[in-house]
Amino acid sequence: MSGKEYRTITDVKGPLVFLEKTEPVAYGEIVQLRLTDGSMKNGQVLDTSDDMVVVQVFEGTAGVDLGTGVKFMGDVFKLPVSKDLIGRILDGAGRPRDGGPAIVAEGEADIIGAAINPYSRQSPHDFIQTGISAIDCCTTLVRGQKLPIFSASGLPHNDIALQIARQAKLKDSDEEFIVVFCAMGITAEEYNFFRSDLERTGALENAVLFVNLADDPAVERLITPRLALTAAEYLAFEHDYHVLVVYTDVTNYCDALRQIGAAREEVPGRRGYPGYMYTDLAMLYERAGLVKGKKGSITQFPILTMPGDDITHPIPDLSGYITEGQIVISRELHGSGIYPPINVLPSLSRLMGGCIGEKTTREDHKSVSDQMYAAYAQGRELRGLVAIVGEDALNERDKQLLDFSGLFEDKFLRQSRDEDRSIDETLDLCWDLMQNISTKYLVRLDQKWIDKYHPTEKK
Amino acid sequence: MSDENGVIYRISGPVVTATGIRSRMYEVVRVGHEGLMGEVIELHGDKSVIQVYEDTSGIRPGEPVVRTGQTLSVQLGPGLLTQIYDGIQRPLPVLEKTMGTFIERGVDADGLDLEKIWDFEATVSVGDELESGNVIGTVQETETIVHKVMLPPGTSGKVASIESGSFNVTQTVCTLDDGTEIQMMQKWPVRSPRPFKQKYAPDTPLVTGMRILDFLFPLAKGGAAGIPGPFGSGKTVTQQSLAKYSDAQIVVYIGCGERGNEMTEVLDEFPHLIDPNTGKPLMNRTVMIANTSNMPVAAREASVYTGITIAEYFRDMGYDVALMADSTSRWAEAMREISSRLEEMPGEEGYPAYLSSRLAEFYERAGRVETLEGEDGSVTVIGAVSPPGGDISEPVSQGTLRIVKVFWGLDAGLARQRHFPAINWLSSYSLYPQSLDQWFRDNIATDFPEIRTEISSLLQVEAELQEIVQLVGSDALPVDQQLTLEVARMIREFFLQQNGFHDVDAYSGLEQQYKMAKAILTFQDSAKKALAAGGQLEDVVNVPARTNLMRDRFEPGYLDRVDGLVDEMNKQIAAAAEEN
Ligand SMILES: Nc1ncnc2c1ncn2[C@@H]1O[C@H](COP(=O)(O)OP(=O)(O)OP(=O)(O)O)[C@@H](O)[C@H]1O
Ligand SMILES: [Mg+2]
Repeated sequence: MSGKEYRTITDVKGPLVFLEKTEPVAYGEIVQLRLTDGSMKNGQVLDTSDDMVVVQVFEGTAGVDLGTGVKFMGDVFKLPVSKDLIGRILDGAGRPRDGGPAIVAEGEADIIGAAINPYSRQSPHDFIQTGISAIDCCTTLVRGQKLPIFSASGLPHNDIALQIARQAKLKDSDEEFIVVFCAMGITAEEYNFFRSDLERTGALENAVLFVNLADDPAVERLITPRLALTAAEYLAFEHDYHVLVVYTDVTNYCDALRQIGAAREEVPGRRGYPGYMYTDLAMLYERAGLVKGKKGSITQFPILTMPGDDITHPIPDLSGYITEGQIVISRELHGSGIYPPINVLPSLSRLMGGCIGEKTTREDHKSVSDQMYAAYAQGRELRGLVAIVGEDALNERDKQLLDFSGLFEDKFLRQSRDEDRSIDETLDLCWDLMQNISTKYLVRLDQKWIDKYHPTEKK
Repeated sequence: MSDENGVIYRISGPVVTATGIRSRMYEVVRVGHEGLMGEVIELHGDKSVIQVYEDTSGIRPGEPVVRTGQTLSVQLGPGLLTQIYDGIQRPLPVLEKTMGTFIERGVDADGLDLEKIWDFEATVSVGDELESGNVIGTVQETETIVHKVMLPPGTSGKVASIESGSFNVTQTVCTLDDGTEIQMMQKWPVRSPRPFKQKYAPDTPLVTGMRILDFLFPLAKGGAAGIPGPFGSGKTVTQQSLAKYSDAQIVVYIGCGERGNEMTEVLDEFPHLIDPNTGKPLMNRTVMIANTSNMPVAAREASVYTGITIAEYFRDMGYDVALMADSTSRWAEAMREISSRLEEMPGEEGYPAYLSSRLAEFYERAGRVETLEGEDGSVTVIGAVSPPGGDISEPVSQGTLRIVKVFWGLDAGLARQRHFPAINWLSSYSLYPQSLDQWFRDNIATDFPEIRTEISSLLQVEAELQEIVQLVGSDALPVDQQLTLEVARMIREFFLQQNGFHDVDAYSGLEQQYKMAKAILTFQDSAKKALAAGGQLEDVVNVPARTNLMRDRFEPGYLDRVDGLVDEMNKQIAAAAEEN
């Protein structure tokens, strides 16, 4: 620690403080500010040169004046890591928020996180059963995957995330996940909802919470997910845990990023977000997966709300370009009273192909999932046509498909918030519903599975 | 302070400014106490602006900056194949050995294994007069690929001594009469194209085994193609299919700013996949470059140059090389990020004004050439483009489309319908058919181009008819148009759709493609006749033999059966008409 306190601030702009005449300051170095009223703030160096140092202040610059003292702490941001993190609630900067003692560190880890060598990765292939039919059948989650929820304001993404956190397990195994939960700018009410649910189910004992709420400093949000992922990496790769990281709301994170960009007068990219947002998000999302020679894993479940329900908005768009699929929540389905309102059509799990089938889920899974998807897609499309030409104009096949799309939503998608369906139950349910379509129209189903599983036509 | 050593003045992310050195543009320098690798990208009076290939956190002004005198170069020689590199040619397995699972910084690694011993076989003799680029000997680099050791560009002379035997890549295998010593390894600066005698117009297709590509929108060996598409539309699956099945002799696959797991997948899969063209594992012909989205952006910027230089090097041996870059948009974004740190005047959407010229220079390095040795070699470049929101009016897509002659446009709607490959047959194009048609006539079938035209016009007609169907339903159309819709559906489902993950369906040879296309037209003819003879559309199109014809393509040996299946279909269609 350099120890020296500078009083050489020249400019304060948005969340940034500019100062001059310092000793050489490291890029990324952690900074402490002592305001004239004695209160403390923290920050980080964004730009450093012989002439000028730019500091981003996590708590915002309210109250900072030219007399504020600035101390450089000699090191980049590190999180004290320990197994004792499990069961703890920390604030957005990593300080205890649960009234408990300080974390006794077993070590310190740089929160930026080095990239995993692609050569050292191991392909994810273990099926995670979430107990939610739409996900397990159509957008199967794989251990080590990063699969975001694309939602929008007012939709029940939190319920879905919690249900997944509660129910997620490997098939035929009681191995538990450690949940690392990271709140970025969500409301106190949302947070309490998460916390009380985790408390109620006893999951809190197996969780680590990092909490930055809506009224906490916005800039702090830029480090909160990095703390959470650093903790996750430590638990997964040093202590063999399977970690499920739930973070919400990525949109608030991106807005904080935009704020910094604007204060630095950077050339903005689309809709004012910085041009490097793709890379910045990748530095979070890519901290997932499995690596050779380690037992643990990190599965990521980020939640983002699409501004204006627009999937082409830069936040969902850039996320989709990085993650391994997405689960899309639909306002329309929510409006028709369906929970979970997952629209399977734009949803995708890119790792699904390698993790379903005889050895992992069931031999007919792929065939069934393709057929369910195709039939529902066609049925949905026919709704548009019916609106124009009327139902009478439909032929027999189209009528069946149209009816099926209703059943799909009502019986397959719809389930209660604590209903935990096994993959067998889910697939059996699919067969049950597909009875409503004559087998001659079920062209995506292999005959051998019809012979084996079809409720009325099996041999 | 000498001109060779300076100090850091400023650090802003990956961009570092140094004072006190007199460096040259694109010179490699060592930055900070840890000696991080960087490249000079701008000079301002006594200040050198450096892009650093590793994370700069914790570095301070005042730390040293040291010149190396060299420009950013790759090491070329035996040992490139089967290797996986980061953007600046550091082998990832070596990085794993020295630093473990996570990529820390400040570690150097040679691109080639300098210790490994290769069997060098001289192909020239003492006294031979050689020019630059001439082959002096060979090394069996992998089971399938013979590595040709060439005189580096700029070197020529009479052979004074040469020896076959076991050498590593830094030992001298040949000396020229002026005393120049030649090793198997040569270096080349990545930002300069390697020389050749002349460029030829491409006249041979790169056969990919993907029906929609080869048949409708063919790419020539030595050509360039762009694959734009929104997320999840199939860019990576298409690129990987090309890496697996295309009939290039060497494949350079660049994962540029994309996912770590996708590279792992290639690494897991390729050693076990058999090249349909040689019967040997695909890995033998492959070089991979992986600079994933979370690895340093400056190294991402360099990765495409590293890749194309390696591709040119194999081209110079007389090989047909195919290079895939997934995704060029991430490369462009790396340029944008660096440019904005340099506070350059931005062009469209914040990209630097030189974006389109960089894109053009890159794709210009594709081509079919006469090598310095006088052989025929080619580099084919296939670049994925990731337009924001899937809207290709943005600068990277537009910059790419202005240069490439093949556009394979991926379509979110098709992907959502699970129509794969989700290449839009109405908006995609290839400008190569003119130069390739003679090849198709000579090698596949004399009427190949005409069949292609018939297939694409059927798809056009379908698009027009669909607009009517949207309004009135298909039953309102006359029977012949309903048949056209049925034929077009067959084109889409039987011919255009191809499952990239299916062992058999993923690859179709050209002969099979031709037969499948003919089968569709035969169906159209037979059905027309049957309808004229009084058959009912419903009966005619639903004959079981047609379903068999379509489904059977998933079983091995389809090429040998397809004629029989078509005959059977014709019989059943004729019979369906008679029943009436
Ligand atoms: N030819 C194909 N055959 C079968 N499935 C395919 C094919 N192409 C794409 N898919 C499906 O689409 C998914 C997404 O494809 P892919 O990963 O290639 O998209 P992408 O365009 O590269 O997306 P991104 O820009 O996000 O990287 C795949 O995981 C696969 O499920
Ligand atoms: Mg991709």
